[in-house]
Amino acid sequence: MMQPIVSVQNLSKTYASGLVALDGVSLDIARGEILALLGPNGAGKTTLISIICGIVTKSAGTVLVGGHDSVTDFRAARALIGLVPQELHLSIFETVWDTVSFSRQLYGRKTDAAYIETLLRMLSLWDKRNAKIMTLSGGMKRRVLIAKALSHQPQILFLDEPTAGVDVGLRKEMWSVIRSLKATGVTVILTTHYIDEAEEMADRVGVIDKGRLILVEEKATLMQKLGQKKLSLHLARPVNDIPASLKAYGLHLSPDGSVLTYVHGSGAPRDIILRLLKDAESAKLDVHDISTEQSSLEDIFMGLVAK
Amino acid sequence: MNWHAVAAIFTYEMKRFFRTMGQSLVSPVISTVLYFVVFGAAIGSRIEEIDGVSYGAFIVPGLIMLSLLTQSVSNASFGIYFPRFSGTIYEFLAAPISATEMVLGFVGAAAAKSLLIGIVILATSAFFVPLSIAHPVWMVVFMLLTAFTFSLLGFIIGLWADGFEKLQIIPLLIITPLTFLGGSFYSINLLPPFWKSVSMFNPVVYLVSGFRWSFNEVADVSVGLSLAITCLFLLLCLATIGWMFRTGYRLKT
Repeated sequence: MMQPIVSVQNLSKTYASGLVALDGVSLDIARGEILALLGPNGAGKTTLISIICGIVTKSAGTVLVGGHDSVTDFRAARALIGLVPQELHLSIFETVWDTVSFSRQLYGRKTDAAYIETLLRMLSLWDKRNAKIMTLSGGMKRRVLIAKALSHQPQILFLDEPTAGVDVGLRKEMWSVIRSLKATGVTVILTTHYIDEAEEMADRVGVIDKGRLILVEEKATLMQKLGQKKLSLHLARPVNDIPASLKAYGLHLSPDGSVLTYVHGSGAPRDIILRLLKDAESAKLDVHDISTEQSSLEDIFMGLVAK
Repeated sequence: MNWHAVAAIFTYEMKRFFRTMGQSLVSPVISTVLYFVVFGAAIGSRIEEIDGVSYGAFIVPGLIMLSLLTQSVSNASFGIYFPRFSGTIYEFLAAPISATEMVLGFVGAAAAKSLLIGIVILATSAFFVPLSIAHPVWMVVFMLLTAFTFSLLGFIIGLWADGFEKLQIIPLLIITPLTFLGGSFYSINLLPPFWKSVSMFNPVVYLVSGFRWSFNEVADVSVGLSLAITCLFLLLCLATIGWMFRTGYRLKT
């Protein structure tokens, strides 16, 4: 990996209550990627991004953002970051335009009407620019939060559960916004507990559970595990051995001789199932039923967090 | 320094003030008029001059101080408490803003608002009593010092409070009694010796006394002492806020 844009080393956080929210997390995030952080509620996802963004203090470890320490060089580090919080925290009496301009100034940048116009148009908020926040729908409020987070042209965008409690149409819309952000070179880190969201959006997936980062992998690699399928042939008349003509498939025979199982990855030829079935017929196997199973990211995920 | 952020916070807070212009300015004017009618005209006409000053004119500095103190505390405490309450505080914490910049924005705006109100009350009182300001520069110095010091105190209360009740309780239980007992409406020299000694522990006595001196050169305590105590209180508030930001008290977990 080239110089990571965010580098987290041995990050730990213990809250005053004694709760260990993060326990030695190390993570490098590449420039321009979309990283999904998956994990059950209370896993430490929000704590992790809150520490990187500066709203929670760490107990131990280091965070570098664009090479700048997030504590000793917080101005340079934070200038690179935009944060979309999980809750709809907005000043409801303000107009869309004012609140987005306000955010930009908080980051020490001059107001830039042209840029804010582009931003509001991209997020389909232009027509609502003079509307007070309290008159907006939930979906629009979420987009206002994104506009605020992008108001100072950050290189990294953190989205904390961007689609929690959001309807299907809006989720799709949110995904397309995130994709168009990636196209402009923004690095996106999103937390989610929807596996399909990670599957849909992410280049890499990290799984957090009980304050530990238990896996970070390219989605493609994960998908290979995900792509494992299991085909079971249920036989009316049990066999003692796998027929010689079927040996090449690497089948597994159940102890009672009634089920033949074939496991194949996404790399297998497309007609493999048909060939297997034809060969089974030629071998005079009395197949009375077939069943298929697919391991999902969900299975992998549940397997990981259950450990 | 992130001056854009300071300006943004200041403007944002002032906008809130102007949005509720009616409440913000009309109510202090009305209460001042009431004070003048009751204390100045009705009761005041039966009170002899205090230190050679008519009672109506005597209470002007006290009235302005009363408003400065209560307005500074309530504006500043609400200003910082509300983002904490609504959750929008996350943005201030995540932005590249230092504690100094945040305090300048919030406290600066709260002080500016209460100064505006102080000036309006001063102007209103001119309709009721002949005003004479012996030391205008010192008057401004005392107003500025008071507005900033008590806005800092309000900011501390706004950070400390974890509910709207707590936000009200300090002003109600401490600030208002201290102001009334601080010689706003009387000279503490009129008090029996024991209560006079007790009053000397009230910081508001020094504020009102110094401020009154700038109007008509009459003071309960020496001007130097007034200034010194006010500055000491200012430093105390600054130190407390410094500690709050260093430890992340009620701001960061």
